[in-house]
This record gives sequence, C-alpha cells and structure tokens, in this order.
Amino acid sequence: MRIGVLAAQGAFVEHIARLCRLEVEALAVRLPHELASLDGLIIPGGESTAISKLMLDYNLTGEIRNLAKNGLPILGTCAGMIILANATPDLEVEPLGLMNIMVRRNAFGRQIDSFETELSIPVLGKKPFTGIFIRAPIIEQATSEVEILAKLADGTSVAARQGKLLACAFHPELTDDLRFHQYFIGIVTGN
Amino acid sequence: METGTWKVKTGLAQMLKGGVIMDVVTLEHAKTAEVAGACAVMALERVPADIRAAGGVARMADPTIIEAIMKAVSIPVMAKCRIGHFVEAQALQALGVDYVDESEVLTPADESHHIWKHGFKVPFVCGCRDLGEALRRIGEGAAMIRTKGEAGTGNIVEAVRHMRAVMDGIRKLVSTPEEELMAQAKEMGAPFELVAEIHKTGKLPVVNFAAGGVATPTDAALMMQLGADGVFVGSGIFKSSNPEVRARAIVRATTHFRDPEIIAEVSKNLGEAMPGLDIKQIPAEELLAPRGW
Repeated sequence: MRIGVLAAQGAFVEHIARLCRLEVEALAVRLPHELASLDGLIIPGGESTAISKLMLDYNLTGEIRNLAKNGLPILGTCAGMIILANATPDLEVEPLGLMNIMVRRNAFGRQIDSFETELSIPVLGKKPFTGIFIRAPIIEQATSEVEILAKLADGTSVAARQGKLLACAFHPELTDDLRFHQYFIGIVTGN
Repeated sequence: METGTWKVKTGLAQMLKGGVIMDVVTLEHAKTAEVAGACAVMALERVPADIRAAGGVARMADPTIIEAIMKAVSIPVMAKCRIGHFVEAQALQALGVDYVDESEVLTPADESHHIWKHGFKVPFVCGCRDLGEALRRIGEGAAMIRTKGEAGTGNIVEAVRHMRAVMDGIRKLVSTPEEELMAQAKEMGAPFELVAEIHKTGKLPVVNFAAGGVATPTDAALMMQLGADGVFVGSGIFKSSNPEVRARAIVRATTHFRDPEIIAEVSKNLGEAMPGLDIKQIPAEELLAPRGW
C-alpha cells in the first residue's frame, strides 16, 4: 500500500512519520506525476491559502479532483479539510469541492485561542482522542451524504466522512495516538 | 479545553513548515504576501534594511499597523518585540498576534536576560547563531527557532554560517558518548535535558527556520537544503524591484527546494534583487546577530 502526502507546505513530515509507524509506504507529493499509483492521499495541516496556490501553480488541483472522483481515498486535516470542502467564505482559497461540507477558517479566533481537548469519536472506540486545534476551521454545514464523526461539547462538527473522503479540523499528526490514521487506512483497504 | 499549551504553541510552527514568512510594513505588502502564498507575515514599521539605515533605537511597531495587517489577511501575523522587553511582548499578546519574535533586529532592552516565554499564552520565535543559543531560547520557552543570519543585508553568508553551526552541533551531540553530555551542556551553556534529548532524537525539539539575508529563490532553497524547515524573508522582497513576482518565486523555490529545474525556472526575470551589503564592510558595533546571547 502506498499513501501520498501532499508536500506543498505544512506538516507533511509528521503525517509521513505516522504512516511509517503503521508500516505503510508513504511518499511526499509535490508534482502531478507523483500522484500516480497511489492507494490514498493525505492533505496535511498548514496554511490553506499557501497550499491551495501551490496546488494550482503546479496543476495538482485538477488531477486530485479526477483521482477522487475515480475513488481515491483522501484524508484532509485542518487546512486539508478546508481544501476538501465544497465551499469556504474565503476568497484566497480554492477548495477542491469534493466533500459536501461548508467550512469556516480560523473559526475559534487567533492563535491564543488555539486549544487541546479530549474528543469522543465513536468510530475510533470508547477511549477519548486528543484533539489539537490550531487556528482551526469548523464544519458549518453538511448535507445528508456526510457522516459527522466528532463534535465538540457545544455541538460544533469537527470531523466528517463522505464515502472514501475523511476530514478533521484537528491534528491527529501531532499526537502519538495512531487511531485516526488507522481508521483512514481502513478506508483505503476497504475494511 | 486548554489554551496556550506547549503542543499548541509548537504546533503552529509545525503548520508553517515548508513555507515563507514575509516582512511587511503596509496593508498592500501584507495582501501581496498572502496572494503570493506566504504562510505568515511579520508586521513591522520598517523592514530591517531601513532599520539598519535609520540607526537609533528600534522598538516594537505601532499597534495601529499591526492591527490593520491582522484585519487585512487571513494568514498568521507575527510581530517583533525587543530582546528582554517583556512588556512589549505583553502588549503584542493583548493585540492577539499569532507569534511574537523576540528579535535582535530591534534594539535590545536587556543585555543580560531574555523574556521568560513559558509565562505567555502567545508562542515565541527567537534567533540563534548556534545550537547552544537555540537551546537556551527553547529552555526559556521559545516554541520556534530561527537562525539569525544578518538581517537587512541581502547577504546569505551569515544565515549559512548559523544554520551550519546548528546542524553541526546536532551531529556532534548525536555522536557524543552519554558520560560526556554533561560536560558538553556546560561548554555549550545549554540546558542538560535538551542536550540529552538531542543526543537521543538527533533533531531540535522545535521547528527551525532560516532568516537574515534571503534575497533570491536560490537563497531560500539553499537554506532548505542545509536543513531549514522554512524561511523568513525580511527586506529581500519589498526592497526588490518587483515584489509580487519575487515573492511567488521564493514561495515556489521553498516548496520545490530539491528540484533544480523548477528553481532555475522561477529565478527567471525577477528584476533587481535588493542591494546587498558585504558583511566585512559593516562596523562590528552595527552587526545585529551578536545581540542577545
């Protein structure tokens, strides 16, 4: 199994390290030809404006859209979730429009409002998952095809799945808990 | 819900990796930086080249400028305070900036002590010239490090010197026998726990960017190949003849830092780079990097 991690900008090394711990072959993707023969793709956290522009500059946007439409599983974390979304009110980001979710960037405020909290994510089991939210987005709206996987105590949606597409507002790549990555690998292998 | 944790502070720096942080002094600069793909901006009253030219005491920027830039862009906004000036840092935290740079580019307020950065919710980035200096700053609570270089010169030589010194320090610690680590820590003037951690992991516990002298896409890629996690560009963009084009080119070269064909392509037709300064021509008392310890 080969999983690509988009390496335009952001925390791609952290995702690669977690995939390696799960004994999955991981490779950094910066150009369209590197998308060939992947079984899954991760779009990491970073600055969604920077990532989105570098994807357009190097013709990754259209190619990733096509692959997703042909069933490529994709995980997007934080900025990656913004990029997977259908819409964001922000003009500086061009989302891929793959998931039927509307997201709002920097929804909790600035860096001093960034936080950690224990999340209940039923698909990962009973043990809480540490959610690290850094200038994080939220899912404001989702259609009925979208399954919401996690909510904050106030009901805000912060993780979702639609078919083979998975997105979260927090950073599983910054924790030692590998369950979120394992769940994604489960989607890739069809288990 | 817990805010201001070490994970959250160092985590933002991890999200900036592979990116370019640009110095900006106006709203137009900030928009240009965002459109070019900067991962953050540093809000200033003057870029380092102008601070150097003006002389006198350089202080924290007017909050009006910082706030205006925070409103104008959606990417993180950093701002500088003077070394040891913890009240400037308190003010910057109150404004809601995303990162504080305790910077040698401004005139130091304290020649003996840096800020106790663990006491803040806002994360700090600090400059260093070698591994010992980096570890002292991390010990005080810096959640991100940048090599100092020599700001406002458009000359990459000091940035290279400092990045090589940090990387060399790490390589040496990895091969130092355990019984010699304490003596090493003493010699480096660095906290023992951090020295022992690097001996084990072979890497810094926080993100390390390059700064001070980046003027071209090749400069940025050079620093990345030397081991930087990303680059700060100070005067290099807005003191050049075509900031929009140069900013985009530096962003692309930072992402594709191991791809010589892309680096060559983006280096075409950038117009004039900022005028450079030979470090040897700068009087010793006007050098910025030796500020702090």
